[in-house]
Amino acid sequence: MKKEHVKIANREALIGVGLVIFNFVWWFAFAYGLGSKDPQEYTYVFGLPAWFFYSCVVGFIIMAVLVTIVVKKFFVAIPFDEEVEE
Amino acid sequence: MNWESLIPLILFIIIIFCVGIWSGGYLKKSTSFAQDYFLGGRSLGGFVLAMTMTATYGSASSFIGGPGTAYNQGLGWVLLAMSQVATGYFVLMILGKKFAVVTRRYNALTMVDFLKQRYQSKWVVILSAVSIIIFLFSAMAAQWIGGARLIESLIGIEYTTALFIFAVSVLIYVTVGGFRAVALTDAIQGSVMFVGTLILLIAVIIAGGGIPNIIADLTAENPNLITPFGADGSLTPTYVSSFWILVGVGVVALPQIAIRAMSYKSSQSMHRAIIIGTIVVGVIMLNMHLIGVFARPILPGIEVGDRVMPLIALEVMPNWLAGIVLAAPMAAIMSTVDSLLLLVSSTIVKDVYLNYVKPTASDQRVKRLSITITAILGVIVFIMALNPPDLIIWLNLFAFGGLEAAFIWPIVLGLYWSKGNKYGALGSMVAGVGLYILSDSFFPQPFGLHSVVMPIVVSFFVYIAASLATQKKTV
Repeated sequence: MKKEHVKIANREALIGVGLVIFNFVWWFAFAYGLGSKDPQEYTYVFGLPAWFFYSCVVGFIIMAVLVTIVVKKFFVAIPFDEEVEE
Repeated sequence: MNWESLIPLILFIIIIFCVGIWSGGYLKKSTSFAQDYFLGGRSLGGFVLAMTMTATYGSASSFIGGPGTAYNQGLGWVLLAMSQVATGYFVLMILGKKFAVVTRRYNALTMVDFLKQRYQSKWVVILSAVSIIIFLFSAMAAQWIGGARLIESLIGIEYTTALFIFAVSVLIYVTVGGFRAVALTDAIQGSVMFVGTLILLIAVIIAGGGIPNIIADLTAENPNLITPFGADGSLTPTYVSSFWILVGVGVVALPQIAIRAMSYKSSQSMHRAIIIGTIVVGVIMLNMHLIGVFARPILPGIEVGDRVMPLIALEVMPNWLAGIVLAAPMAAIMSTVDSLLLLVSSTIVKDVYLNYVKPTASDQRVKRLSITITAILGVIVFIMALNPPDLIIWLNLFAFGGLEAAFIWPIVLGLYWSKGNKYGALGSMVAGVGLYILSDSFFPQPFGLHSVVMPIVVSFFVYIAASLATQKKTV
């Protein structure tokens, strides 16, 4: 593998790790931040409890958008078949 | 028998058949049979790749109970299920381009091929092949049983007959068409799951009188159903979070998923697959589990979790539409079974036979052998599913966690850490699987975590330590 290709591959793997950490923090913070109250005190968005709406629905939409942007802007296409070098 | 909902299902199976056989035609012209049969000639495009990953994975998650558990646990289980959105992008980003390039350079057709070339060790190959065969075989048998149960409860025919229909349909297209057939039918099945769960969710919301109404009903029954903590408050944040390892990032190490990460055509198809995959996984997971929760006020008192989907569909929709929508869970099961079947067969033919029994076998011979082994395996699973031995049921419980514990570091560190060697790989595989089975049997949920977490952490350190300790030996 050429050096610059290795760099690209490594960077994209790190982006994957970064995204998953962000995804987890968002998911966790809203679910348990808003959801740990007594259900009597819950607020609702579109009929769903707010913790669920922000954590699972908005969280998912944000991830979908983020992944799309990241892939379109930062991922670089490289050839997979290497020329054989001696 | 319910003909009105049966006809769409039969049509669905016929379409799947035709696609399978059509892709078999492509194989006839093949010049490199093994690569085409087991890997579809590395030619998958973005959409098919995304769908085949989602569909294969889609029911790997049914081992955590899916909609049935959501029905019993409430929104907390949907929260847990949403950890799977990560698989949509994570797997392809982590294995990514490096895996694609390296497996091409090694000319690897299976995950074991990759490990063999990377570690140059007979024992790594044997150990991996054995764990794949044992764990995936059991997982397959369990899925097979699930598929037959679904047909049984849907159309009210006997279990054995249902099993027969199910087995024959899967066997034919896998045997004839190989990986390409599996991937293409997965694409159809994935689309059916996507559209089917969407329609069903909407129908359920309408039948329940709107979301606010359904949530109010749930709160009236048991306020815990709308909290993140589960019906009896037993879903702790630690436990639920540890599912990010089991069904989120750990999925990288499942052989049936990893193999797909070496099957695509180009960077462009991978990029598309990441985007499509994330959206499709998220939508299917959210819909499928919400259906489970929302079904509760509409149809209270369902005792067998697996029946929630079929029963609610028949309840809220006209029969013919229910038939179409119910092709979705069936699609999920079929698409998992077909890929497992092919994977176990490739492990036997490619990893064991071609490596150690007869490396010089001709293309013609490999062809006959692959098709025969696939068919024989199918028949054995069928016989086992008729009267499942306890051992299979027991092994199935460990299948996914066990494979993750075994393979995650040998694959990931093998790709990104050049100092990793066969001692590290062997050590981490043994430690991972061993500790996982021990932990699950004797101290489930250590520190409130799912029992797969500790073995993955420990095997990481074993891999690093063993590799560093043996650096001199391998130089």
